[in-house]
Amino acid sequence: MRHVIASTIMLLGLFGAMPLRAGEFTDSAGRKVNVPQEVAKVFASGPPASVLVYVLKPDALTGWPRSLRENEKPYIAPAQRELPELGRLTGRGDTANLEVVLKTAPDLIIDFGSVRDTYISLADIVQTRTSIPYILIDGRFEATATALRLVGDALGVPERGEKLAEYTETLFADLDAALATIPEGQRPRVYLARGPDGLETGLKGSINTEIIERAGGRNVADPGDADVRRGIVQASMEQVLAANPDTIITWDSTFFEKVWSDPLWAKVDAVQKGRVYLSPLLPFGWIDRPPSLNRLIGLRWLAGIFFPEQFNQDLRAQVRSFYSLFYHVDLDEAALDTLLAGARGGRPQ
Amino acid sequence: MSVREAPGAPLLPAWGIVGTRTVATILLAIFASLVGAYPVTLGEAARIFTGWLAGRPDGSTAETVLLEVRLPRIAAALLVGAALAGSGAVYQGLFRNPLVSPDILGVSTGAGLGAVLGIFLSLPIILIQGFAFIGGLATVAVVYAIAAAVRGREPVLVLVLAGVVVGALAGSMISLLKVLADPYDQLPAITFWLLGSLSSIRPADVWSVLPAILAGLVPLVLLRWRINVLSLGDDEARTLGVEAGKLRIIVIGATTLMTASVVAISGVIGWVGLVMPHIARMLVGPNFDRLLPASMLLGAGYLLGVDTLARTMSQVETPLGILTAFVGAPFFLWLLARGRHGWE
Repeated sequence: MRHVIASTIMLLGLFGAMPLRAGEFTDSAGRKVNVPQEVAKVFASGPPASVLVYVLKPDALTGWPRSLRENEKPYIAPAQRELPELGRLTGRGDTANLEVVLKTAPDLIIDFGSVRDTYISLADIVQTRTSIPYILIDGRFEATATALRLVGDALGVPERGEKLAEYTETLFADLDAALATIPEGQRPRVYLARGPDGLETGLKGSINTEIIERAGGRNVADPGDADVRRGIVQASMEQVLAANPDTIITWDSTFFEKVWSDPLWAKVDAVQKGRVYLSPLLPFGWIDRPPSLNRLIGLRWLAGIFFPEQFNQDLRAQVRSFYSLFYHVDLDEAALDTLLAGARGGRPQ
Repeated sequence: MSVREAPGAPLLPAWGIVGTRTVATILLAIFASLVGAYPVTLGEAARIFTGWLAGRPDGSTAETVLLEVRLPRIAAALLVGAALAGSGAVYQGLFRNPLVSPDILGVSTGAGLGAVLGIFLSLPIILIQGFAFIGGLATVAVVYAIAAAVRGREPVLVLVLAGVVVGALAGSMISLLKVLADPYDQLPAITFWLLGSLSSIRPADVWSVLPAILAGLVPLVLLRWRINVLSLGDDEARTLGVEAGKLRIIVIGATTLMTASVVAISGVIGWVGLVMPHIARMLVGPNFDRLLPASMLLGAGYLLGVDTLARTMSQVETPLGILTAFVGAPFFLWLLARGRHGWE
C-alpha cells in the first residue's frame, strides 16, 4: 500500500513538473494559438521576426533568415553570430523548407509584419502541417510597444518585453510632445534616396518611409490622395529637382559618396546645405531593411536630424545605450565610428 | 513569309511618309521638352535655349532641368526607339518571320543578366551599364558560336533555336540572382531595370551609346540592298550573288551592337522592336531601303511619345516596358483592322 502511495506521489510530482497546460494565446490576427509555457526555441519566419526574437530572447533564436555577414557580426551578441541560415517562410519567395523548420524543432514560429489574410492563411497551413504553434504579430511601427509586450509574454520574458515597450513608448511620447510645438510648415521636406543612383524612393504612406514621416519629416514623394500602391517607386531627376527636398536620407554608400560631386544633384537644396545623411546599416538598417525594431534607433536619429533644437542629445551615447539594451552588445569607440560614418550628414571628409 | 513589293500602293508615297514622320517627330520632341514635373514655361525655355546657343548659361535650376535632364532623356528615347525598331526590321527580314523581335538571339536577356549581376554585386551605375552591354554582346556571340558549331542544313532555324535556348538559360540565371538578391535593396532595383526606364538618363549616357548605334547603323545602311536579298532565303540569295552566311554575321553583329548599347542605358523595353517594323511595313511596304528609315523614325517617335507619357501621367514614373505595350497594343490592333498593307 505504501508502495502505491509513493508511486502516486511520484507520478503527481512528475505531472506537476511537466508543462502540461499550454497557455492559450491570442495573436494580432485574433487567432487563438496554444503556446507552450516554456518556449526554448523559436523559428522566426522572416527578417523582421528574427530581429524581434533576437531583441527579446536571443537564446531562443534558432537561426537567421540569411547568415550574418562579417561586418554585421561585431554588432550581434557572440552566441548568435554564427547561427545557421534558415531562410524565410513568408514574403517574396519562400526560401525556407518546412523540413528545415521541423528539423530545428522549434516550440513556436513567429511572424512579425503584415497580418493580412494571405499571412493568416499561411500561418494556419504551416501550423496544421507541422503541429508547431504559429503566431502572427502586427508589425506596424505604431504597434511596436504592443508587439514587444505580446511576444515578451509568449516567450516567457514579460519583464523584458515591458521594459523595451516602455522605452518605445517614451520615445514616441517625447517625439509627439516635440512635434506638437512644430507647425507642419516648419518640418523638413525629406526625400528617401534608394538605389545607387538615388532615383528609387518610397511613396508617402509606404512602409519604407514610415519612420521618416513618424519622425516628423514631410516626404516629398507624395502622390496626394491618388489611389496608388504605396511602395517603392522610380523617380526621375526632374521630379527630384521639382520637389527640391531640403533633407535627403539614404542608405546607399555609393550614392552618398557620389551625390556631392554630381552636377545635377548639386541643384538640390539638401545637397547645397550639406543635409544628406547616410543611414547606418549594422547589424540592421535604421530606416527599413527589415521593417522591425531596428527602426527605433533610426527614429531617434532622424528626430535629431529634423529637429536639432528639440533633440540635441548625444547621438553616440544614445546609440550605445540602445545597442546595449536591444542588441546585447557594448560598442567600443571604433565600432561606433564605423557604424556612424555618414550618419551626421555632410560631405565625407 | 516572303517579302515582295506590296501589291496595293502604300498609303502615301514612301519617302513622303518618312518626311512627314520626321517633321512629326521633331514637333513631338519640342512638345516633350516643354512638359514635365518641373514647371518650365515656353518663354523660359526660349530664353534658356538662346542663352545656351550663345554660350551664356544662367545656372538656374530650370536650365539644368531643360538641358541636363529633359533633353538627354528625349534624345535617349529617340535613340532607343530608333535602334530597337531598326533592329526589329532587320531581324524580321533576316529570319523571314514576322514574330521576330530584336531579342530573338537573346541580346536583351543577356544584357538583363549582365545588369542584374552588376546590381547584385552592388556596382556603380556605369559598371552596371557596362555589364549589360557586354552581357548582350556575349550572349549573341555564344548563340552564334553554337549555331556555327551545329552546322545544320537550316542555319537560320538553328540560330533561332540556339537563341531561344541560351535566352532561357540567361533568364533562369536572372531568376536565380533575384532569389539570392537582397530583398530590401537589390530586388526592387532589379525589377525596375528589367521593366525598362529612361528616368535616370544622363547626358553622358547619350554620348556613350551614340557611337555604338552609328557603328551598327552604317553597315546596315550600306548593305540595305543585300539585306533585301537575304530575306528571300539563302538559295535565292546565292543565285543573286550574295553570300548569305557572311552577310548574316555582319548584320547580326551590327544589330546586336545597336540593341545591346541601348538596352544598357534603358533596361529591357519590349514591343517597340516587334511592332514598329510591322507598322512601318504597312506604311511603306517591305523594301528594306525604305523600311529601315521608316521603322527607325516610327520607333523613335513612338518611344518618345510613350516616355513623355511615362514621366508626366502621374506623380511617379511608370515603367516603360509596361507602358509600351499598353499604348501600342490597341494602336496596332486598329492598324491591323484597317487593312493588311504591305504584308504579302
